[in-house]
Amino acid sequence: MTEQVHLAIALERAGWHPAAWREATARPHELTSARYWRDLLRTADDAGIALATIEDALALTDRFETVDGLRRDRVRGRLDAVLIASFVAPLTRRIGLVPTVTTAHPEPFHVATGIQTLDFASRGRAGVRLVAGASAAERANFGRRSSGVDAIPTSGRVEDSAEILAAFREAGEFADVLSRLWDSWQDDAIIRDAATSRFLDADRVHNIEFEGEFFSVTGASIVPRSPQGRPLLTVLAHQTVPYRLAAEHADLVFVTPHDAAERPGFELGGIRSELDTAADELRTDRERLRVFADLLVLIEDSESAARSAAQRLDEWDGAPLASDARIVVGTPGDVAAAVRELAAAGVDGVRLRPARQPADVVAIAEKVVPLLRSTGTLREDDGAGTLRARLDLARPESRYAREKVAL
Amino acid sequence: MSRPRQIHLAAHFPGVNSTTVWTDPTAGSQIDFSSFEHFAATAERGLFDYVFLAEGLRLREHKGRIHELDVLGRPNTLSILAAVAAITEHVGVVGTLNTTFNEPYELARELATLDHLSGGRAGWNAVTSSDAFHGANFRRGGYLDHADRYERAREFAALAKELWDSWPEGGVRADAATGVFLDDGVPARVRHEGPQFDVDALFDVPRSPQGRPVIVQAGDSADGRTFGAEHAEVIFSLHQEFEDARAFYDDVKGRLARYGREEDSLKILPAATFAIGDTDADARERAREIALQQVRPEVALTYVEQVWGRDLSGYDPDGPLPDVDPDTGSETARGWANRHAAVRARIAKLRELSETEGLSIRETVIRLTATPTFVGTPERIAAEIDRYVQERATDGFTVVGHLTPHGLDEFAERVVPLLQERGSYRRSYEEGATLRDLLGLPAPVAAPALAAR
Repeated sequence: MTEQVHLAIALERAGWHPAAWREATARPHELTSARYWRDLLRTADDAGIALATIEDALALTDRFETVDGLRRDRVRGRLDAVLIASFVAPLTRRIGLVPTVTTAHPEPFHVATGIQTLDFASRGRAGVRLVAGASAAERANFGRRSSGVDAIPTSGRVEDSAEILAAFREAGEFADVLSRLWDSWQDDAIIRDAATSRFLDADRVHNIEFEGEFFSVTGASIVPRSPQGRPLLTVLAHQTVPYRLAAEHADLVFVTPHDAAERPGFELGGIRSELDTAADELRTDRERLRVFADLLVLIEDSESAARSAAQRLDEWDGAPLASDARIVVGTPGDVAAAVRELAAAGVDGVRLRPARQPADVVAIAEKVVPLLRSTGTLREDDGAGTLRARLDLARPESRYAREKVAL
Repeated sequence: MSRPRQIHLAAHFPGVNSTTVWTDPTAGSQIDFSSFEHFAATAERGLFDYVFLAEGLRLREHKGRIHELDVLGRPNTLSILAAVAAITEHVGVVGTLNTTFNEPYELARELATLDHLSGGRAGWNAVTSSDAFHGANFRRGGYLDHADRYERAREFAALAKELWDSWPEGGVRADAATGVFLDDGVPARVRHEGPQFDVDALFDVPRSPQGRPVIVQAGDSADGRTFGAEHAEVIFSLHQEFEDARAFYDDVKGRLARYGREEDSLKILPAATFAIGDTDADARERAREIALQQVRPEVALTYVEQVWGRDLSGYDPDGPLPDVDPDTGSETARGWANRHAAVRARIAKLRELSETEGLSIRETVIRLTATPTFVGTPERIAAEIDRYVQERATDGFTVVGHLTPHGLDEFAERVVPLLQERGSYRRSYEEGATLRDLLGLPAPVAAPALAAR
């Protein structure tokens, strides 16, 4: 039997190529409209894609870009990802909704309740992708922090920057606070007991009393336990420190493997063994971390058309497309082959980053998905209701309920 | 005869309110999305201006425990409004969001997002909070000095407006031929240095359909009224009794001229509860039944414990008010919105009520907290609402039913058509109307031309 994978899609403004907005099929004036996001998410949902991530940042500029000399030929401006996800929740049926949240400025309390509310509005399809640290532009927009993540150290290793290391510790605490708040109401806290006049049983709602290096959060969530109990927690990781963050706190990690020939040292095997090592040490009493591999895809019906589209975009942008993820420029068959290859290598899922929206989203839905389905590569939808169930993840019991039993 | 003044109605979701009756057999979930679907559909059927949601920052506690007697647990305001915007077409989406435990850049982009996604139907009820009880859930931890609350709120609102105005209308050029996505100078850089905020920002949400969300405000102190007169477009007040409402209306609207504003640029929509009956006697009987469900004996005792700030569990809810002095420094009732209200004034009012009419604890609490604003036949209620508006005591009401989620259905079905007959309520939504259009508010001054900066 063929190894099977889940398919995910990563949505980002006009797409992952910086010049994508100039394509004839692009909708650059609609990037902040309800219709644009509803159309994209419905296309992905109707195709049976398991989950969609939505990119976000708290600045006009990209992470390592400076505000001075701002390039005016790239897409600027966006909507808040948690609210896009909340908006499309009632307009979609099955797809998991996984907005991006940065952990340096937002309040973990607001994020926890926002994602729980997304879980209610989507009837169990909520997740979140956490991003550590704050860019210089984000810090200037808030004026709350003097230091942050301005550049990757020259070694390329997070370990060599005290500031980035601190950002990852903060992200870990953020994740911990989210999951504690998500557990703070036991499933049976609301009792509606007219005889004793009690709406809830206070013994089944728990103040989390969290004290950490970066936060202290005292109370319980204001939102009762949501359909999934804990919405899906995800991170994108490229090296040891973020792998460890994922192993300790996430349900699912997005990774960016490459062929040895293409980018030595970034093969899937090495990534998996690092994740396994981290999990052995940090992941106790938890389900296996799900691993999704990222591919950036540009799809046309013929290889020559795909190559010329990529060339056109690169010329507009003035440089060849660069990405942390492996780039596949080709036919639907080429993309399907790359997905099958990753499936054979044993990943749980593949997340496709469309170079151009909506064109490559439509190509994925209409062409890549049917190809994968015909070869039995896609994990078939068994009608499971929640995102967790769809990924074969159990609904976790509240840790506070377990603690009580242990007493 | 000129057209009567038009009535504006907001629909307050009945959840974590002391007026919500969860013991009723027909009461539904305060958190499942189906309840919001039902509520939003009723609000649109009743042609309301907007749906309104209060905010929770911490679960209420009573005597050191999470409060058990009333409905507890509610959604995050912004996320639920975004979801409600998706299932509605016309009605505004307005939520309470705090200026103390949010940052202007983030909240401004969330509200601008909501305005984009709803096609211009977003509103923000800006509230302040200063206590350490709520602060314990947030990064800033501690709390603001009470006097600094409005200073922060004013600076917050002014900065948020600057951020919203930093993108001009049509600010996204997106000219594929020339490759220019944004013109030079767009968005304008917002530099702000103040006691509360020090930012050098480039806002990342293009100008939304309304430019800015409609700003709602609820504070009633002198500071609150000043803030309202300067920034608010709607005031959600608790002045329900006719003469009191009219005095408030005159006071607040009288302050507008100072800020160069007209009477109609601010709408005052007090909270309103109701009990409808086929006859006035039926309605009174129904009001009584609702009140007994709202103020159960345990609830009455909790109420006086909250006001007195001490354990009064030895008192009989059907007996007289406690004869002891309040403990005003007590932490007995944490998280109650009115902890800062003048406790002694409240007690004096309770005692006066109780003594002049010989009321028990429970009956006194019923009288004070569970008397509906409007009781009567649909005809009587419609006439009353219309009188408030025509005689300039209010511009309308923020209506809340006592049952989740269908408490407004009867109002929408029986009272609204009578308001329409009186000529003082809309008969349909105007296609493409923004929330500001629905409220009959002037458009905000457009973003200043960038060249002028």
